[in-house]
Amino acid sequence: MTSYPRWKIAVVAIVTLVGVLLASPNLFGEQSALQLAKDQSAVVAADRVAVEKLLASKGVPLAGSFLENGRLTLRFPTAADRAKARDVISAGMPNQYTIALATASRVPTWMRDLGLTPVKLGLDLRGGVYLVYQVDVQAAVKQELDRYDQDFRASLRNAHVPYDDVRVDYPDNRVVVTFRDAASFAKGRDAIENDNRSVNFVETTAGKRPALQLTLTPQQIQKRENYAVQQNIVILRNRLNSPELAVSEPQVAQQGADQIAIQLPGLQNSAEVKKILGKTATLEFHMVDETDNPFEAAQTGQIPLGTKLYYTRHKRPVLLKRDIVVTGDQLTDASFQPNTQEGPAVSVSLDSRGAEKMLRNTEENIGHMMAVVFIDRSSEKNAAGVQVVRKKEEVINEATIRGVFSNNFQITGINPIEGRELALLLRAGGLAAPLSEIEERAIGPSLGQDNIDRGIRAMVYGTLAAFVFMAVYYKWFGVIADVVLAVNVVLLTALLSLVGAALTLPGIAAVVLTVGMAVDANILIYERIREELRAGVTPRAAITAGFERAFSAIFDSNVTAAIAGIVLWLFGSGAVRGFAVVLVLGIATSMFTSLMGSRTLVHIVFGGRRKIERLPI
Amino acid sequence: MEFFHKVTRFPFMHTRKVWYGLSAVLIVGSLILVGVRGLNLGIDFTGGIVVETYFPTAPNVDRLRAALAGAKIADAQVQQFGSPRDILVRLPPDPNVRGGEIGTRILDLFRPIEAGVTLRSTEVVGPQVGEELFVKGAWALAATLVLIMVYVLIRFTPKLALGAIFAVLHDPICVLGFFAISRMTFDLTAISAILAVIGYSLNDTVIVFDRVRERARSARRLPIAQVIDESINQTLSRTLMTKLVTLLVVLALLIFGGQTLHSFSAALVIGIVAGTYSSIYISSAIALDMGLRTDDLLERRIAKPEEVDGLP
Repeated sequence: MTSYPRWKIAVVAIVTLVGVLLASPNLFGEQSALQLAKDQSAVVAADRVAVEKLLASKGVPLAGSFLENGRLTLRFPTAADRAKARDVISAGMPNQYTIALATASRVPTWMRDLGLTPVKLGLDLRGGVYLVYQVDVQAAVKQELDRYDQDFRASLRNAHVPYDDVRVDYPDNRVVVTFRDAASFAKGRDAIENDNRSVNFVETTAGKRPALQLTLTPQQIQKRENYAVQQNIVILRNRLNSPELAVSEPQVAQQGADQIAIQLPGLQNSAEVKKILGKTATLEFHMVDETDNPFEAAQTGQIPLGTKLYYTRHKRPVLLKRDIVVTGDQLTDASFQPNTQEGPAVSVSLDSRGAEKMLRNTEENIGHMMAVVFIDRSSEKNAAGVQVVRKKEEVINEATIRGVFSNNFQITGINPIEGRELALLLRAGGLAAPLSEIEERAIGPSLGQDNIDRGIRAMVYGTLAAFVFMAVYYKWFGVIADVVLAVNVVLLTALLSLVGAALTLPGIAAVVLTVGMAVDANILIYERIREELRAGVTPRAAITAGFERAFSAIFDSNVTAAIAGIVLWLFGSGAVRGFAVVLVLGIATSMFTSLMGSRTLVHIVFGGRRKIERLPI
Repeated sequence: MEFFHKVTRFPFMHTRKVWYGLSAVLIVGSLILVGVRGLNLGIDFTGGIVVETYFPTAPNVDRLRAALAGAKIADAQVQQFGSPRDILVRLPPDPNVRGGEIGTRILDLFRPIEAGVTLRSTEVVGPQVGEELFVKGAWALAATLVLIMVYVLIRFTPKLALGAIFAVLHDPICVLGFFAISRMTFDLTAISAILAVIGYSLNDTVIVFDRVRERARSARRLPIAQVIDESINQTLSRTLMTKLVTLLVVLALLIFGGQTLHSFSAALVIGIVAGTYSSIYISSAIALDMGLRTDDLLERRIAKPEEVDGLP
């Protein structure tokens, strides 16, 4: 015992201290808060100063504020102050911010600056809406096949090759082009292959006629499906961050291969959100009418012939020619390039049909301006219960055509923030594989609070029962075990805060279970010590043997429990995953505390004495 | 305080036929119950709609049913949920129903009966989700079982591993039997509890095996059945104490955790009891009947060498 290494004591002391520090933010409780976000850019420090000044000038008391993830959170002493602040901000700074009601921890600013934050609560504890959408990935694949169909027809038409038919064979994922004879087949094959170099064709026959066949490989299909899911995630995220919805901290994540899970904390009524999520968006490229004055048109209402009046996102009027150059479904990709020769740019890819039209258009219009229009359609029921389609059109970008281009081009003359946003919007508007809602769980705030109360009550009583039992049954060693258990709960809380995993009601249950299982390890050690004592070993040797011999049993049993936890983590979603996360982390902390922590404490209590007559076990 | 001051001397191996019989009854009984009565699957697995409402004073459930029937909400089950003031309305899956709408619609129907009624939660699960979650749950179960078997095989001899595997299969089947007989809702949290039980109930088996291995190495001349008996008896105090404390904690969950955790805690309680039973009475006995010999435990020195002659 006297040879117990000092570094172990140091490790235990440091881990415990860090744990206490990391867990401490959870002691502060929550307050009513407002969350401010901007539509286009992040909220910055200057905005924070301006908002705080405004609130101070109107005499609204502010308990604290902080910037996180481009959002400004303002805490208020009471809910009434919050309501007042909301009115003051929306009146004093109209249309500048999206304001969402939220709650925020009272954690002081210096702690938050150090990255110390309380454990996040899951939806079942804080209330909110959980939605799962199924992405119709088959429709996305079909769209890809249809595009090939159109491309092939265009190639054959341009090469003036007669053909019999171009057919999409959907469940088999192939496109078959049939020709009348061998001569037109050879010419047609060359024309199609020339336009589609990256695609592999198979020569075959259909009804005794020569045919060219393209079959999507499983990799291509998967890529297409992934693309559709990713794109839909981008769309949904964009929409949830739109000013029309005041949702604080929405979360959008892929679930499984083709589903999207959305968490909307604090939201009560999902109807409004679902209306906006269900919208379908498209894009159109138009040439800008540079001869007429858009401001005049907007004022007088007289729109020149062949043009249409649009507005930019900043409410500036623009006149665009009615002819559509390219539509969004011809757009295959858009990405942001921060460093090109001409500064930040968005590079856009079009399919062959779009490329051809773009080529012709740019040849004719070098030096003129082209605009991108973003069109959002939503169908909703009006007061009379009739389905109406609401259409919102907005110019998201105007740029001068600097050269001739077709399937790949860049949009330049934008700043990095705009560029990133534009790429997002282009991709978002480019395609939306149909979404259908397959799961919804809405938890009211009163139920959330009830769940917290019940969970905490079960945790307190369960832990108390275990504490009392240990102290009575194992005397002072039991008390040591209790101290170690308490440290275990602190460390688990610290880890949860650190990892940022959301605590759910099953998660609280896992904390309780962890306490039960951590007691196990201590019992294994103490029973082994008692056994050694019965065998006539000296107290000192019994302690050493107890800790060392119990190790393999503790290790084995924790490994099996961890296997179950990790499998749950991998397979589970939502609340079940919350359980698994806590279970796995709890196994880690209880291994540490019962093997190292407990040993250290026993050493501190008994190791200093020269002679131990009897152990209080 | 000490319950087991002297090491007990129960002849577990000698009486093993009796325990086999009891286990057979439990397992066959559970399987028949699950087959015949089936499980009362929650909407996680069946798909459907559950709306939870809270009444300030206990309402007359029949009046609520009449209100729903009057509004042509067919097939609605109205039941109390934990307390007479918490009312749950369960509806079969319907592709045309949206969560936000059905919740407020039911609330509007209940309001004339009790003005203060509030909406606690709405859950809408599509039928395809239910199927998917069920398949996922089954996969998780299978994966856990296989991985644990592999681990036990690596750590112990194949004969002991077989015993452990049997004990591990034994417990979830008993839990399923309990759910079939009690008609308690079997949902996702119940599956997580079963997985936790599988991982956790193996603890005792592992502890007994650990001791069997240790004893076999120190007392090579003893017949293996006696070694097993001694090992179980020596570890009995640990096994029962650990399970007792965990049970105390889980009972707190069952009593105070509320309705949401009800199935979960119940599955844990049954699983822990079954797990303790199977690791004491069944797992080592099966290893013995598989022909476990002292030699099997000597040749594989996976544990640290100094542990081999650990006991005097």
